Amino acid sequence: MSVNYTALLYLLSAIFFVLSLNGLSNPESARKGNIYGIVGMVIAIITTLYSPGVLSYDTIILGILIGGAVGTVIALKIEMTALPQLVAAFHSLVGLAAVFVASSAFYAPATYGIGNIGNINTFSLIEMSIGVMIGAITFTGSIIAFSKLQGIMSGAPFVFPGQHLVNLLIFITLISLITFFSYNQTGIIFWSIVLLALVLGILIIVPIGGADMPVVVSMLNSYSGWAAAGIGFTLSNHLLIVVGSLVGASGAILSYVMCKGMNRSFISVILGGFGVEEGQGQKGEEKRSVKQGSAEDAAFILGNSNSVIIVPGYGMAVAQAQHALREMCDILKKNDVSVKYAIHPVAGRMPGHMNVLLAEASVPYDEVLELDEINSDFSNTDAVFVIGANDITNPAAKTDKTSPIYGMPILDVENAGTVLFVKRSMASGYAGVQNELFFRDNTMMLFSDAKKMVESIVKNLN
Amino acid sequence: MENVDPTIILFIIFVLACMVGYYVIWGVTSALHSPLMAVTNAISSVIIVGAIIAAGPEDTNFSSIMGFIAIILASINIFGGFVVSHRMLSMFKKKDKGNKK
Repeated sequence: MSVNYTALLYLLSAIFFVLSLNGLSNPESARKGNIYGIVGMVIAIITTLYSPGVLSYDTIILGILIGGAVGTVIALKIEMTALPQLVAAFHSLVGLAAVFVASSAFYAPATYGIGNIGNINTFSLIEMSIGVMIGAITFTGSIIAFSKLQGIMSGAPFVFPGQHLVNLLIFITLISLITFFSYNQTGIIFWSIVLLALVLGILIIVPIGGADMPVVVSMLNSYSGWAAAGIGFTLSNHLLIVVGSLVGASGAILSYVMCKGMNRSFISVILGGFGVEEGQGQKGEEKRSVKQGSAEDAAFILGNSNSVIIVPGYGMAVAQAQHALREMCDILKKNDVSVKYAIHPVAGRMPGHMNVLLAEASVPYDEVLELDEINSDFSNTDAVFVIGANDITNPAAKTDKTSPIYGMPILDVENAGTVLFVKRSMASGYAGVQNELFFRDNTMMLFSDAKKMVESIVKNLN
Repeated sequence: MENVDPTIILFIIFVLACMVGYYVIWGVTSALHSPLMAVTNAISSVIIVGAIIAAGPEDTNFSSIMGFIAIILASINIFGGFVVSHRMLSMFKKKDKGNKK
């Protein structure tokens, strides 16, 4: 196939990818969007198979079948609560694939028409080393994020003195190596870049704590895109550049949205260590008494309300309480209680995590509202049911200038008639801040596992 | 007339694609941010195109083996990403359907 046809077909494929992302603008068109994405991918792969240098179809098809089977099985078996780890794991694969493609370009440049071994043109060398660097950082960074989300590694930030200095030194060394590589294209420098970038990937992610994971996952999403774009530059492949940029932009926007949801700057998230220093300060306050309730009390309050808003958080995901929760809400709705759900942008461990879990439990998506859509409704709501969330409801974010979460947008649950908190203990949230709401008169604490509590409320409602 | 350096053309494509991405992604509803990540993850594996070219030549050498492994990795992502986002998206239902259960 001539290069021109290939380029035009790649354009067609890129158009499908843009349509695919555009389809996600609402849940109705989203399924079609996913199909567009698949069509775009099929066009891209078939077009490439018809490229002049591609001859060993057996090997290629075998590779696609192996990978496809593994990917499909994983995707079908995964629990929706484990989505964040799955996405992190997938990002690591894109990073690793980028490293492999870049290394094969380095050892067989003629296949891609970018020169001969030992004589690759300077632009390609720079692009190649940048691509391989981002790929390697994405790979190890995502593995660390995966381990933290999966609980293989502690979610607590891991900090050591001089950490930022070490990272900075590694980064400067990397840049120097890349510059050096553009003059002196030897394997040793290439692999040194890969190795250092792998180390940097680990060091960047270890200091970031569990609650900042939505930002990390989005950031790695962005990196995987930039890695693809970098490889696209190396291979002068328009499609890779376009798609890499789309994905890179997507991840960057998600990171921004997540940071804004926590009122934190991107830099402070990346520097990490959040949630350790602040954790100790307020222990003394915990002696104050809270009003503790049982499932019966909760069922009584909820059953006698006219309107209820549910505020889910990561605790709901951990306890897998979404199905029981929907059952509870169905009973309430049958008794003419109006039920809505309020989602904070950073609830859960990845952007949109809560929405997926509620959708899994067949909660209609038009009952699930975002922070700015629902925040004014709390004042005329009888009861709020906060399940597995804490910091995102803490009024200290508005009033206490010294609080680490000051300025973070919160759900104004304090304005509702009664606030019910389902929590396992009095432990503070990820930010390590005590929640003033727990001690208020109109608050009732329900200490239990989220799922068990909701199930016994259901029993009491019946 | 002097020709524009091909790298500059690539750069132009890059910048314009970033802008398209920027505006399209802002249009994505926040309820669908998880499926968005799964889809972008799948489509960023279009890097398989580079892997196929690497594995393309008939003789087996370091580069083609690297390409073969990259094909497997990228395919895991492509199939996994699209399947999991299909699973997620098929769960999003409107009120009337949701109440039947």
